[in-house]
Amino acid sequence: MSFPWAEHYTPKHPVMQWMDEKLPLPRLVYNAVGAGYPVPRNLNYFWNFGVLAGLALVIQIVTGVIMAMHYGANDLVAFATVEQTMRDVNSGWLMRYAHANGASFFFIVVYLHIFRGLFYGSYKAPREMVWLLGLVIFLLMMATAFMGYVLPWGQMSYWGAKVITGLFGAIPVVGEPIQTWLLGGFAPGNASLNRFFSLHFLLPFVIAGVIILHIWALHIPGSNNPTGVEVKGPQDTVPFHPYYTAKDGFGAGVFLIIFSIMLFYAPNYLGHPDNYIEANPLSTPAHIVPEWYFWPFYAILRAFTVDFFFVPAKLLGVLAMFASILLLFFLPWLDNSPVRSGNYRPTFKKFFWILVIDVLILGYCGGAPAEEPYVMISQVAAAYYFAHFLIVLPLIARFEKPLPLPGSITESVLNRHNIKGEEDALPGMGADPQPSNAG
Amino acid sequence: MVRIGAFLVGLFFAGWLLISFLFGAVAYVSDPPQPTVEHEFHKAPKHVSFSFDGPFGRYDRQQLQRGFQVFKEVCSACHSLKFVAFRDLEALGYNEAEVKAIAKQWAIKTPDVDPKTGEMSTRDPVPADHFPKPFANNVAAAAANNNAIPPDLSLMTKARHHGSAYVYSLITGYQPQPAELLREFPDAKTPEGLHYNPYFANLNLAMAPPLTAEGQVSYGDGTKPTVDQMAKDVAAFLTWTAEPKLENRRRAGLATIVFLLIATGLAYMAYQNIWADKKKAA
Repeated sequence: MSFPWAEHYTPKHPVMQWMDEKLPLPRLVYNAVGAGYPVPRNLNYFWNFGVLAGLALVIQIVTGVIMAMHYGANDLVAFATVEQTMRDVNSGWLMRYAHANGASFFFIVVYLHIFRGLFYGSYKAPREMVWLLGLVIFLLMMATAFMGYVLPWGQMSYWGAKVITGLFGAIPVVGEPIQTWLLGGFAPGNASLNRFFSLHFLLPFVIAGVIILHIWALHIPGSNNPTGVEVKGPQDTVPFHPYYTAKDGFGAGVFLIIFSIMLFYAPNYLGHPDNYIEANPLSTPAHIVPEWYFWPFYAILRAFTVDFFFVPAKLLGVLAMFASILLLFFLPWLDNSPVRSGNYRPTFKKFFWILVIDVLILGYCGGAPAEEPYVMISQVAAAYYFAHFLIVLPLIARFEKPLPLPGSITESVLNRHNIKGEEDALPGMGADPQPSNAG
Repeated sequence: MVRIGAFLVGLFFAGWLLISFLFGAVAYVSDPPQPTVEHEFHKAPKHVSFSFDGPFGRYDRQQLQRGFQVFKEVCSACHSLKFVAFRDLEALGYNEAEVKAIAKQWAIKTPDVDPKTGEMSTRDPVPADHFPKPFANNVAAAAANNNAIPPDLSLMTKARHHGSAYVYSLITGYQPQPAELLREFPDAKTPEGLHYNPYFANLNLAMAPPLTAEGQVSYGDGTKPTVDQMAKDVAAFLTWTAEPKLENRRRAGLATIVFLLIATGLAYMAYQNIWADKKKAA
């Protein structure tokens, strides 16, 4: 693991030496997120979001465990116990608002983390496993967030649960039995609420486990960097601690400031007012919408309005929505350009920004009512989403002529800082795409 | 293989979406969606300012007490306030004895069980009790209110967009149905027993105008009880019932953010300091 020049853990204090012989946990931490992990020296602020996602998970677990102490997972009392937490529990309002907004901020930093990976080609060889495990975490997060949103048992909780489990009902023949099995009844009820609570408590710890695998897999090849050029020697890296712990400390501060502004001054901005109305199976809300972080996928689901021969439009929508996430698992093999970083891929860069705008449009349409013109807009946007990953990216990889890559990370850093006299001394300028076993 | 399969799947999804789009576009052009009466005549809440607006706003205790009086004398006849307890009223500036008296004199009694016979009975509320509900159950509530159940008001201002302004606008927004509405939508005449109100989502509301005359409530603090004033006061009171910890939250937020700004400033300096040698040269 890691590079040969990585610093070695040498405990000096006898207690630490004793510990290292019995259980080398400090050694593990030292090599994972300490001075023993050499990291490219040129990472930009986009590389902060992995640590921030970890911080967001910790916030969710701490606030969530405390809230669970005051929550009653029963459809008769769930809504009232959440209100009691808000009113009568010491700092209960803080825990609840931190948890509700924390979920949104978790998704914000994870989306930025994915954005970083997509732009800088972090999913490519030799980091495919890091990407695949990241997607597993993303899927687990979505499941956890969905079930967590059901727990307050408000109107959107109830009807959201009904719509999302109803997606399984679209599967032919076995769909309705599956939906009934998932809910523990024919409609969301006490049985559904109880199992969602149980799983909502369990899954964050599963996420924590997969994060360990994600970091483990990352440490085999080491971190990617903005040039996408692999580390060539000790001059290209700095030890994670103190260099990146310091940078992440600053990043965490900025994150917490923005989080606090939302949490303390606009805690309900990202929520839906209908969820302050207790669940009522007899009254359907005018517009059922999930939380904002699901909007792009919700737009894809609703974009299918025409049956494909014997396949109903609803089933197509469900398949497309799952496909829109599952296709990301194939990304390392779809985009087989040997150049990682978007900075050196002029054609890729243009289409990448179109994709970003496209996903924002999908998000906007997913939050809007299912009316025209939003459905038509989401149809075009969803068509581009699929075309981008499944058609455009493989074609770009085939026909694009990448820009010349810097010879090494150090060389790109020196060019950026414009240090005279040293440029000529460095060999390996010009086009030198790194070898790749992708494809 | 992966790329050929992906190409076909991509072609299918993208192609079918574009065909669906064409179907939709043809339908949209040939048969444009008709504007609904709600779309044309529903209004966003009026602009109204409250003492608790903005990041540093606080509740006006006098106004909350007046709003509570309006709730007590008008709203509470039909609406419950089930998440609020009498003891919570101390936050409005009432002392312990006053809260005790308010609870004891509350017109609706708290359901109880007779300790001797086990029969259902009622008793005077005490400060620890939540506000008793005006109707025994939803069936009774619907039967007494032309089949509409008066919603609980505890969270009303958080359960609607721009809740405080919404409550104020709804109470002061009753009006005769506009003639042009009936001209454009002859079928949309307000049904018997409902009341036209452009601030209500579907324009026709079962609740009769609750505040109709100046002086309907007589304020003890000398404020003139106009309909507008009473509506504003009760909207402020219901903002407090929905968000009783608003002031604690904003105070805690200020302290947290000041702390974080200092800590982040220090973290930035530490970051610059640690990286100083790496940023200068190789």
